[in-house]
Amino acid sequence: MSHLVFLIPIALGLGALGLVAFIWSLRNGQYDDLDGAAERILDDD
Amino acid sequence: MTCCSSSPVPNQQALKRRLDHERTLAAAHDLGNGLLQTDLIVPAMHCVACIRTIETGMGALPGVEDARANLSTRRVSVRWRPEAAADADFVSALAGLGFEASLYDHANLASQADETGRRLLICLAVAGFAAANVMLLSVSVWAGADAETQRLFQLISGLIAVPASVFAGQPFYRSALAALRNRRLNMDVPISLAVLLALGVSIYEALYGTHETWFEASVTLLFFLLIGRYLDHMMRERARSAILQLSRLMPSGASKLSASGDASYVPLAELQAGDSILVAAGERVPVDARIASGLSDLDRSLVNGESAAVQARPGLEVEAGVLNLTGPLTLEVLRPADRSFVANVITLMEAASQSNSHHVRIADRTAALYAPVVHIVSAASFIGWMVWTGGDWYTSLNVAIAVLIITCPCALALAVPIAQVVAANRLFRSGVMVKDGAALERLAEADTVVFDKTGTLTLGEPRIASIHGGSDEEHAVAAMLARLSTHPAARAAASAQSATQGVLVSDVQELAGLGLEANWKGRKVRLGRRSWVSDIARSTAAPAPKTMATSEVCFAVAGGDIVSFQLSDTLRTDAATVVGKLRNMGFATAILSGDAAGPVEAAAAQVGIESAASSLTPEGKTARVEELRASGRNVLYVGDGLNDAPALAAANVSMAPASGSDIGRASAGLVFTGKGLAAIPVAIEVARATGKTVRQNFALAIGYNMFAVPLAVLGYVTPLIAALAMSSSSILVVANSLRLNLVARHQAIMPAGQAPRDSTTGDKTQPSSPKASSDAGNPRLEAVK
Repeated sequence: MSHLVFLIPIALGLGALGLVAFIWSLRNGQYDDLDGAAERILDDD
Repeated sequence: MTCCSSSPVPNQQALKRRLDHERTLAAAHDLGNGLLQTDLIVPAMHCVACIRTIETGMGALPGVEDARANLSTRRVSVRWRPEAAADADFVSALAGLGFEASLYDHANLASQADETGRRLLICLAVAGFAAANVMLLSVSVWAGADAETQRLFQLISGLIAVPASVFAGQPFYRSALAALRNRRLNMDVPISLAVLLALGVSIYEALYGTHETWFEASVTLLFFLLIGRYLDHMMRERARSAILQLSRLMPSGASKLSASGDASYVPLAELQAGDSILVAAGERVPVDARIASGLSDLDRSLVNGESAAVQARPGLEVEAGVLNLTGPLTLEVLRPADRSFVANVITLMEAASQSNSHHVRIADRTAALYAPVVHIVSAASFIGWMVWTGGDWYTSLNVAIAVLIITCPCALALAVPIAQVVAANRLFRSGVMVKDGAALERLAEADTVVFDKTGTLTLGEPRIASIHGGSDEEHAVAAMLARLSTHPAARAAASAQSATQGVLVSDVQELAGLGLEANWKGRKVRLGRRSWVSDIARSTAAPAPKTMATSEVCFAVAGGDIVSFQLSDTLRTDAATVVGKLRNMGFATAILSGDAAGPVEAAAAQVGIESAASSLTPEGKTARVEELRASGRNVLYVGDGLNDAPALAAANVSMAPASGSDIGRASAGLVFTGKGLAAIPVAIEVARATGKTVRQNFALAIGYNMFAVPLAVLGYVTPLIAALAMSSSSILVVANSLRLNLVARHQAIMPAGQAPRDSTTGDKTQPSSPKASSDAGNPRLEAVK
């Protein structure tokens, strides 16, 4: 039982981190031009 | 080649530059801080090299802060400071980089960055997060954790599920509320009810009860439903942006001449009757106007379906949207923009689309039948259990919620959107853009296909039908001259003789509205209008031969005989095959055209359509379509022009080629790219298969209900069973829908992955690839007696 006190917050925290990261990237416009991003990776500079 | 204008305006280059700059300014929007943003549509951008060329090239312009290319929307955003860029003209700058571009006008187009899609995606992410975590906790509860851990897990689940459901369920709650306000029931009502009731009971349960909770059911339900919602939205959004890429905007302003002869660029709304405006060659006339001075040729094919170019002369009245081909024109405005031909067409279109508003989508029809049943069964089991247990409202409520959750399965909500999204995707790969799912539903029901002629059955580009007189050598000279012109008729004549090497012409001049003149072996030669060419020809020139052709181009060497090239609009190469196929599929076919009777009948005979009506106004076309509908037919209208827009809106379902007018594309339910018409039967086939798949999906979902509802009513359904049943039925429905990818696979219309591309200004006057005519068999023989 006692280990749950650590494990559950860790599990939820990691999940929440992913969620926050996703929402941040969405608002940051990283999904606005998926085709362009796929091509830009080929750019050398 | 020099250009001879009859209204010499001093310093035309400088004037054009200034007008182009004013146009750029008019389309920009203010970001504050003295920064302006101008968006441009660049359809030809397709790779990393294009992105680099554009971003570095545009970024280096004076006053430009930065330029950002978006490959998905094929748009370039330029942020710039107007004070540092005195004559910024980004369209020309891009042209200099080798890209055709057009200004994206924020005033005319709804330019909201897809806010709805973003909100749905955030809701989906929140629901997904909640569903995953709550499900994890629930699994340990179901696996048999001891009572204390169980209680703890239920509380944590509640802490996650309650805020998540409140937030992620918003799209459903809103839609349910809106439906209830209008005294209707839609699928969102039982969904919202199930989610909220399950939450309420579970909160009570987690705090005081001993039963299991339904937290995971409410969040997974939302998660699955949001997937369906988002996919449906994506489909429409993708079609919308693909169609936007094609838009060659109607001009949003005009170059107005003041009394002193000074020109400035003004928005359309400021034009008054009586104003003088300038329209350069290659531009569209922005408002209804009368030609004051200038000589040119006009292409009216998008406006009224007339396939032959007409000569522009002072006094002629032209409609907004007509393309000015060869020379600059000064026009006198007849009516303000809001009463122009285009505005009139839009009014007609809105009136016509009213007749379609009663189409109820299949999902809503099902909901109308299904939602009352859900509520009645759920209420009945609540009452039944109250009576049976003698007033145990607690157990009764639990059973009622189980019934609600079981009966509004994700499968049912996914049944329609998943099938339509897969179908739209399948069609997108074949070059057909589906604007919304309703268009697919109605396409499956169509039984009559009505075609427009110019630009739909035909390519809207004239080609040589027959040649009268002249030697091979003369044909070669004519072809050589024709190659130097941009006029569509001249372009057609260029194919008269392919071997033009060794033909030397000098002093070539293009005379707007007349033709081309040059020197060949020391003699004057002319290619163009019959009356003008015959001035230099031998006086006893042969009269114009009578043929079905729509127009002619003449050629003569000074003192020689007139050579006449008879032109007619060419059919799309597969028009006859496609019409034959449609008839085999059981469709009635007809042509409604604004063109003259001769060309219409010739086209009808060639493709094998027996019912053809010609010289129709937009009102006339709409009336014919409505007549057909009144006689019980489900009409598919295929057309491209401005004059087709009301008929496109009036028909049950409509398709427009990507080469058509903006308004035509906007009012059609489906838009197809490519040179051929083969997309039509394929779209119909896929639409019918979609209808079938949707019905199968409903059968699957309802079959699952038949099995699960009795269990729920009897009180045997636990949250575990609900979760299993819900997920497995959803997967079944998705898998069934994916089969649509296999439909009509053998019929490749165009290479996969080809996003629709078109020029921004070329319209129908653009030269087509020479291939199109060579594989038509023998296009030169048509309409020759």
